[in-house]
Amino acid sequence: MPDLLIELFSEEIPARMQGRARDDLRRLVTDGLVAAGLTYASAGAFSTPRRLVLTIEGLSAQSPTLREERKGPKADAPAAAIEGFVRSTGLTRDQLELRDDKKGQVYFAVLEKPGRPAGVIVAEVLEETIRTFPWPKSMRWGTGTLRWVRPLHSILCILTDEAGAQTVPLEVEGITAANTTAGHRFLSPGRFAVTSFDDYRAKLKRAHVVLDSAEREAMIWAEAGNLAFARGLEVVEDRGLLTEVAGLVEWPVVLMGEIGEEFLSLPPEVLQTSMREHQKFFSVKNPRTGRIEGFVTVANNATADHGATILKGNRKVLSARLSDARFFWENDLRTVTAQGLEGMGAGLAHVTFHNKLGSQADRVARIAALAREIAPLVGAQPDLAAEAARVVKADLQSAMVGEFPELQGVMGGYYARAAGLPEAVANACKAHYSPLGPSDEVPTDPVSVAVALADKIDTLTGFWWIDEKPTGSKDPFALRRAALGVVRLVLANKVRLRLLDVILAGYEPFDRQLRWELECEEQDADVEAAKRLDVPVSVFQDWRSKIAQEKRQRNGPSDFERRLFEIDLSNVPHPGASLLAFFHDRLKVYLRDQGIRHDVIDACLAMPGNDDLTLLVKRAEALAAFLKSDDGTNLIQGFKRANNILTQAEAKDGVEYSYGADPKFAETEEERALFAALDAAEAAIAPAMQAEDFAAAMAAMAALRGPIDAFFTAVQINTDNAVVRRNRLNLLSRIRQTCLSVADLTRIEG
Amino acid sequence: MTQTAPRSFQEIILRLQAYWAAQGCAVLQPYDMEVGAGTFHPATTLRALGNRPWAAAYVQPSRRPTDGRYGENPNRLQHYYQYQVIIKPSPANLQDLYLGSLQAIGIDLGLHDIRFVEDDWESPTLGAWGLGWEVWCDGMEVSQFTYFQQVGGHDCRPVSGELTYGLERLAMYVLGIDHVMDMPFNDPDAPIALKYGDVFAQTEREYSRWNFDQADTAMLLKHFEDAEAECDRILAAPALDPKTGKTIPMAHPAYDQCIKASHLFNLLDARGVISVTERQAYIGRVRALARKCADAFVTTEAGGAA
Repeated sequence: MPDLLIELFSEEIPARMQGRARDDLRRLVTDGLVAAGLTYASAGAFSTPRRLVLTIEGLSAQSPTLREERKGPKADAPAAAIEGFVRSTGLTRDQLELRDDKKGQVYFAVLEKPGRPAGVIVAEVLEETIRTFPWPKSMRWGTGTLRWVRPLHSILCILTDEAGAQTVPLEVEGITAANTTAGHRFLSPGRFAVTSFDDYRAKLKRAHVVLDSAEREAMIWAEAGNLAFARGLEVVEDRGLLTEVAGLVEWPVVLMGEIGEEFLSLPPEVLQTSMREHQKFFSVKNPRTGRIEGFVTVANNATADHGATILKGNRKVLSARLSDARFFWENDLRTVTAQGLEGMGAGLAHVTFHNKLGSQADRVARIAALAREIAPLVGAQPDLAAEAARVVKADLQSAMVGEFPELQGVMGGYYARAAGLPEAVANACKAHYSPLGPSDEVPTDPVSVAVALADKIDTLTGFWWIDEKPTGSKDPFALRRAALGVVRLVLANKVRLRLLDVILAGYEPFDRQLRWELECEEQDADVEAAKRLDVPVSVFQDWRSKIAQEKRQRNGPSDFERRLFEIDLSNVPHPGASLLAFFHDRLKVYLRDQGIRHDVIDACLAMPGNDDLTLLVKRAEALAAFLKSDDGTNLIQGFKRANNILTQAEAKDGVEYSYGADPKFAETEEERALFAALDAAEAAIAPAMQAEDFAAAMAAMAALRGPIDAFFTAVQINTDNAVVRRNRLNLLSRIRQTCLSVADLTRIEG
Repeated sequence: MTQTAPRSFQEIILRLQAYWAAQGCAVLQPYDMEVGAGTFHPATTLRALGNRPWAAAYVQPSRRPTDGRYGENPNRLQHYYQYQVIIKPSPANLQDLYLGSLQAIGIDLGLHDIRFVEDDWESPTLGAWGLGWEVWCDGMEVSQFTYFQQVGGHDCRPVSGELTYGLERLAMYVLGIDHVMDMPFNDPDAPIALKYGDVFAQTEREYSRWNFDQADTAMLLKHFEDAEAECDRILAAPALDPKTGKTIPMAHPAYDQCIKASHLFNLLDARGVISVTERQAYIGRVRALARKCADAFVTTEAGGAA
């Protein structure tokens, strides 16, 4: 069982692409080998900035011999048919076999596909993999036509067994596979031969290359921690940066430096962002002061001066960068002090949000109006919420956010405090973008909640309005994230609101604009008609209104009026209804992740008031808990049985049994007991539902389980006595009604 | 082999010229028009097209009106120099050749940390893109390294390798200077020692004022339209010259007008008279010119037409 080692050696592979490239290499090669009939014990992929590596252990030495029998024409078939069959098999006529079949003698071809050595298969699979590798972006170089992420320089491909290592014969675009590779670009540039994966990995280490990115990450993190610890500091964790930096070096050398005193007054987020984005530095924090006081950089070279020159250069670049950041910070502070935060945002009127949805300033005005509406529902002061909404986007105009877009919100918080705005407003600046994902923290401060909701509702209603809904995997405006944000804001803060009302409030400015545009259209038509007739517009309009009045008396409202009418009426399907369904979809996904079954959610969604998400979830949680109990499972069975019998009878009889079950027609004890139990349950459920105490309502419903079971055991519904039968069906109907008042149990599966 | 440390801005330029001349490049002179970057020189833009081998190196004065800071910012200038190398087809050892050029200007690869960090290059005005890196020396970007994939909407076959050095920044780093105006331009021990500021401080001030506040925008707009019209007109002229009876498509004169339009757009941008939405439209207009020039160039001898 040989082992296979592949190394594809190229110019520097972008760090962000290395992880997926490892997975793709492993998948494509192992899939190809398996498809060609080989098996293997294990496979592992590695990457450095200059190499993609795959090691496969326990590969079969060759593929198995395949035997295939093909049935041909009968022995007495026309010669042409037999000839055709012979050709299709690639054999000669005397190699065919004649066998007895039910209908006489038939030709058979026995085809043997001999197994092929692993080396031949590896060469084919690797060439195909290289030629079709799914890089997110690839290029050509020199005079070649091959595409790779950057120029590919060499291919190492060996099969190793007890007898030793053999190079797999392979050539791709003038690159011949060999058993050699090169070491670190600067520290060990020579080429050397290897005989196995272990040999390769060990020799690379000696040639200043750490093959495994996980090992490089661990080295960097440990060394950074040690350097910081020695000075009583700690490195700020940043997994993404660690992975990226490990993808930029083959031989990590970790160096630590201090940030100049003159920059320590900058907000920590600014220091961190500037250092991470521009320099790929880790931030080093002083745990006593909470300030960022140092940086860690990772070099790819071990130097005679132990990194002194490298550190000096990095420090110089950092100080130029931070001078820029300080310039932006001081400029922004001056602007805010002189003009206030709203003044800083004045330019938003000239920034397009979306060409169909107006400027950022238009959007801010809409969010402010909406935040004022939402405020009382979340316990915020309407004036304060509107004030916050008016300034939360102002930092988009700051120099700092212009340079570092990811600091939006964070800078707004600082600038709001600098402008002397209330703390709740400053918090809203930072928090109103949240939550940004399923695990992001949800704001709790009422003003932040109001503005965050208004921001997201405006985004959703706006894009719904212009019909830019997400489709399939396409969601360019991140509307799913916005809707999930609303769901999480409402649930985490147990906010009670009718979402449909809020959606309609969000639509209001767009509806108003459409009405206005229609009026303008009409106005323009008037002006044109008046010009054509050569009369003043007012005269024309006067004529028109008189004619219209007469027409209306004869024909009803005009087309134009009907269009206006449709917009105003909330009983015609409003796009807001499909937006509510979109929220429900997000809610379902969210609750499913919380372990609540989709049929439980459906059973609750079918109940009235389903746009009150907090209520909906309360009901769903109670129902889910109920269904986990013995009583719950059995009651569902009883309910379903009652419902099935009833539905069938109703279909058969063509009537609805919904009223008038009378205990006086009861013939058995069990029947009478069920009447009593239903009386008791109904008496308990109604007030519990009133109080939204779903658990109590369901407990009361659970008490029906015994009587229902006993009833079905003792009583035959379909008796010959029509009066008794009808009475029993009406009794089943009471079971159905009682149960459906809690949730739509017909939707529960199982 | 790392050489001794250079002593002045011009020594760095001279060493780069000598190094790339030794690698077989034709050392060209700057293009005699205002451009935003060395890539605009026809020796790069046009010569990257077609299948004829090419190797050139040159200094190109570059103008970026919006970057003017009246000569006060230590790193920003509205007029600066780029060093440009273009080799077609890109040689297999281009990275090594590049590292050799760093050694030639006194960067000891044993003491510094050189990194190739992903940076894909795209010029929306030239309709060009390529893949490559920005090269970092101790965390500072010292060059742009690109394998051209497309120029003027044409696939590059073969592919050119392009190197661009920001000369001031690179020289400041090598010479250990903090403010560009303090950098020795010629040898500091020369009888008349000149600093960068002695040569350029006054012009930076003058051009900053003109770029930002004084340039006549109505006139610039008109010049833009004129350049655009002239480019179109030149390219629309029949390739057959009636006077000489020869086929002479005028790709280069047309491309001059494209360069002009591009620079006028930059000036208008610095004057703040181009809105965000108009910006895209102007860039699209320049790109359309670049594309047509490229179309014309590939019909010429230098563009590889038989």
